[in-house]
Amino acid sequence: MTAQRTPGIRPRPTIWRQLDAASRQSFPAACTALLLLLLASPLGLPGQAQLQPAAALACVFFWSVFRPGSMPPPVVFLLGLLSDLLGLAPLGTGVLVLLITYGLAVQWRRVLAQQGFLVVWLVFVVVAAGAASLGWLLTSLLTFRLLPGNAALFQFGITAGLYPMLATLFTRAHRGLANPDQA
Amino acid sequence: MIRLSIPVRQALLRLTLPVLIAVAFGLMLLGKADPLLAERARMALADALAPIFAVVAEPLAAVHAAVDDVEGLMALRSDNAKLRAENEQLRRWRAVALALDAENSTLKSNLRWIPDPAPSYVTARVVADAGGVYARAVLLSVGPNHSMTKGQIALDERGLAGRVTEIGARSARVLLVTDMNSRIPVILEGSRARAILVGTNGPRPRLMHWPEGVMPVEGERVVTSAEANAFPAGLPVGTVHYSASNAAEVDTAARLDRLDVVRVFDYGLRGVLPPEAPAGGPDRRPK
Repeated sequence: MTAQRTPGIRPRPTIWRQLDAASRQSFPAACTALLLLLLASPLGLPGQAQLQPAAALACVFFWSVFRPGSMPPPVVFLLGLLSDLLGLAPLGTGVLVLLITYGLAVQWRRVLAQQGFLVVWLVFVVVAAGAASLGWLLTSLLTFRLLPGNAALFQFGITAGLYPMLATLFTRAHRGLANPDQA
Repeated sequence: MIRLSIPVRQALLRLTLPVLIAVAFGLMLLGKADPLLAERARMALADALAPIFAVVAEPLAAVHAAVDDVEGLMALRSDNAKLRAENEQLRRWRAVALALDAENSTLKSNLRWIPDPAPSYVTARVVADAGGVYARAVLLSVGPNHSMTKGQIALDERGLAGRVTEIGARSARVLLVTDMNSRIPVILEGSRARAILVGTNGPRPRLMHWPEGVMPVEGERVVTSAEANAFPAGLPVGTVHYSASNAAEVDTAARLDRLDVVRVFDYGLRGVLPPEAPAGGPDRRPK
């Protein structure tokens, strides 16, 4: 979108070019939704039950920091709803966790976007800890029972560990494949 | 598109997040107040996705098979020796089983034993892992004209896997015995003592509430009990195993971490189900 405001010579916006731009624009959300669906299918991966919310959190955090335009709150809401409906989590818990993550990421993005990978990851680790505790607390409250804390701990570990892998892929996508300026 | 002034648009943008967070809280309350709605939404999504998952499952199965093939080739020699020994042992057991079967049938004919009705079953493919961090469940893909109902019992080729808890038009959800909401009446086969198998979300469910004076023995077989009329008696569940913290757990016979295909049995049991089902039907046992 920034490309349209900057002065200069641009190619004519043909239908293909617009489609290309639109697909690059929607890449983050589509990619996240596909990842969620893929992780719901029985791949037989170890810790797969934890991977799905982990992937959702990592995707939403990354794109909220680096391109919030492609990850608006309604999309975050829908992704959370999808994640809740795919699993047996109480409805709304995943939505809330993702929305809060989005809010924090957008608040901090001016600082975070200029930092190196390590700093962003460290911040994400803190966010993941918060998300795991919040998820645990909400699920405990909504099911009226004290859930085992080690499940939340495991969830936190998986989330923190998954981020570097996804971030590497997404950074490449962000610069090349999904960059709207290249459309 | 309505044209709004820039400050108004910015204010609206700033409001989106708080409003959506409020909606998320509303969703939580709604899901709690009307669990049926959440269930219906879940099954609608599952119904829509089940055919897609079923298609995705095919190449996945091929990949799994290829990996298994390679692993099998690596361990060919040792497997062969192990299988030979096991075969020898099984042949001996087969003789014992045949003799016992013959004896059993003569005894039954002498006692005028009323044979159990053979339960009907359908076989369904597991297409998705439908649990999550705090639940253990799988999604089955079933045809549009299936006859599955809630409370039917899912077994894999080795033993009890779980019960059907939600039914959609093309899919069904099975709550596994490892889920923390799962409570199953069981019998310890050695002592005939009754106990309850409680899921913990971990890989091994826990045994609880066995009578005083009886201790589950390591390696003892655990089978379902017909108590409460929710399960038929005698379905294999697993074997007793003591954890490191000395809690009696059950190593499930079913391979719950890699369920591919399950058989869903209709034993006609309507024991622990919603109130519209007639409670206390005839006690039917499996073969």
